Amino acid sequence: MNMSITQILFWFLSALAVFSAIMVVTRKNPVFSVLYLIITFFAISGHYILMNAQFLAIVNIIVYAGAIMVLFLFVLMLVNLNKESEPHKGKYMLWSGALAGGLFMFVMIAALQTLAPTMVQGIGKGDIGLIQNLGKALFNEYVVPFEISTILFLSAMVGAIVIGKRDHA
Amino acid sequence: MPIEYYIYLAVILFSIGVTGVLTRRNAIVVFMCIELMLNAVNLLMVAFSKLHHAKALVSDAATTTGSEAQIFVFFIMVVAAAEVSVGLAIIVMMYRNVYNVDINFLNRLKN
Repeated sequence: MNMSITQILFWFLSALAVFSAIMVVTRKNPVFSVLYLIITFFAISGHYILMNAQFLAIVNIIVYAGAIMVLFLFVLMLVNLNKESEPHKGKYMLWSGALAGGLFMFVMIAALQTLAPTMVQGIGKGDIGLIQNLGKALFNEYVVPFEISTILFLSAMVGAIVIGKRDHA
Repeated sequence: MPIEYYIYLAVILFSIGVTGVLTRRNAIVVFMCIELMLNAVNLLMVAFSKLHHAKALVSDAATTTGSEAQIFVFFIMVVAAAEVSVGLAIIVMMYRNVYNVDINFLNRLKN
């Protein structure tokens, strides 16, 4: 069978994303979970590039892998977990949780069996994901939500500082 | 690639996130699994936006249909960043009070 380079990249990135997502859930040490989650985000960014959504790929790397994950790492170092402080749930709870997640996946996939086959355009086709097009849309039609999101960020910053203050007045 | 493959990938990632939320007790890992679920939904939304764009491209060569979904994904990322900053502040405050990030300690909120 001859696979094109796009298909090879798709399967590689999918396998990488699923593998590191499983590692996020199963690792006992939370630092390894953070590092595997960064790998998952990079794989998802690769998927965005494969779908020619370059703006979202860059934003995903900057915001998620760059900012949010660094924040997670900072908090992990701040709370200084040692080995004994990670308690393990009972086997019963563990298996019922895994069973619930697996059944959810089974139901969602089984519900999709009647879908008509359609192809998603690959890399280099369709320019809606490029920065030029999205910037025009963002600053013409969606400029009010954009400004509201700045207020959201300001309130989140104030809220984080107020919550994180050591003594509450 | 067919749209089903993207749907399957997003469903698998979302289910892994659900399983993590149900099975882990470390609040930070639970929070990371929520981020994983958000990303699975974002991936599916971008795939559907490309599909929608390809459908609209048949009748109009210069259409920008489908860019709304990508803007929406951008706003999801914005809200997720704000959510993470407040949520991690809450986790740090919880650690200061009970010296642990086990989510079972949070049931003390009810008293």
